[in-house]
Amino acid sequence: MTVELPPQLAEIRDDFLALEQPDRLQLLLEFSNELPALPERYAEHPDLLERVEECQSPVFLFVEVADDDAVHVFATAPREAPTTRGFASIIVQGLDGLSADEVLAVPADFPSTIGLTAAVSPLRIRGMTAMLARTKRQVVERRTARA
Amino acid sequence: MTVEHDADPRFADFAHPERLVSAEWLEANLGREGLVVVESDEDVLLYETGHIPGAVKVDWHTELNDPVQRDYIDGAGFASLLSGKGIARDDTVVIYGDKNNWWAAYALWVFTLFGHEDVRLLDGGRDLWVASGRAVTTERTERAVTEYPVVERRDEEIRAFREDVLSHLGSPLVDVRSPEEYRGERTTAPAYPEEGALRAGHIPTARNVPWARAAAEDGTFRSRAELDAIYRDEAGIGEADAVIAYCRIGERSSHTWFVLRHLLGQQDVRNYDGSWTEWGSAVRVPIVVGAEPGEAAAR
Repeated sequence: MTVELPPQLAEIRDDFLALEQPDRLQLLLEFSNELPALPERYAEHPDLLERVEECQSPVFLFVEVADDDAVHVFATAPREAPTTRGFASIIVQGLDGLSADEVLAVPADFPSTIGLTAAVSPLRIRGMTAMLARTKRQVVERRTARA
Repeated sequence: MTVEHDADPRFADFAHPERLVSAEWLEANLGREGLVVVESDEDVLLYETGHIPGAVKVDWHTELNDPVQRDYIDGAGFASLLSGKGIARDDTVVIYGDKNNWWAAYALWVFTLFGHEDVRLLDGGRDLWVASGRAVTTERTERAVTEYPVVERRDEEIRAFREDVLSHLGSPLVDVRSPEEYRGERTTAPAYPEEGALRAGHIPTARNVPWARAAAEDGTFRSRAELDAIYRDEAGIGEADAVIAYCRIGERSSHTWFVLRHLLGQQDVRNYDGSWTEWGSAVRVPIVVGAEPGEAAAR
């Protein structure tokens, strides 16, 4: 069974799959460089961010669910950990603006389907899988808190 | 042809000072015929963000490991890898990387399995090179393809398997993981992903010397006197002892292997790359929990 991905996630996947292996790393590096800086309300309150323990480098994320049910994801990871930054950037760009239901419907194995497993190794991909799982959990928590 | 050694007096007390080069030496020798610089990192993209000019990248996950079986690549695979990187059998290879040369030491150990003779580490690794403001570039390194010979891997001298460890119990074993892993409070390094071990603890009689203790604050190796105090006095490793080091998958213990073999001159030291991910899941191997090394049960 194939799950229909939201267009912005499908586009990320298709962009990676269209490339040869070495170029996929370059695209991941571009994502890494594009990770947006944290908005001030989080930059000044690192305590609000959740650490993704499964990642080898310190990466933190925070999820907001707005009144219109749109999800916003914020993440930070050090420059010395470009792979982790790239993963975080894919999660942020791929999920930001989706509805809570759309985020929860994203298949848990999405990170393994975008053609990075061979370029990066399955073990490293686990970091992105963990970020996706934590994002979903936070979406549920925010919605529950609001209800 | 090999390039002359770095005669830096800081290395003079080590058993094999020729296995280290300083950043000053490397900077002065970049581009020399017969010298190839290799970057090997934990982070697979770090090289792409900027590397030492002329350096090639070797990734442990995707290039040194066999993609199917839990093992290293074979002689043909290594020959093909090094030929593609433009490394000749008699080239001097200087390896550097992130995290105190953790993965660089792992790559060096794998190169040694294939008997590549002149392979050295850049003392201080990537971080010190960058911190001291030395040149990095994102320019792609182009090296002419070589014809690296097919040399069969020789595991027996520097690599230990589970059966070797079982018959070694009672002789010096060094567990280089974190104290939390050693005591059996967790199976992975703090803040590291679960790599799958069913039980926690350590191999009976192993002494816990976390690998990073061999590195100073700036990532360079500690002095001979400091290393002697840690491994000889504290861990009780005698000069003539046969030693086996292990960690979780054999990467951190490659770093300790380098220290024992090349800096302290231990003749017989092997790295058990199966390490805790194998031992902690194997059926009926003895395990000790807690801070004490424990006893080797009569067999």
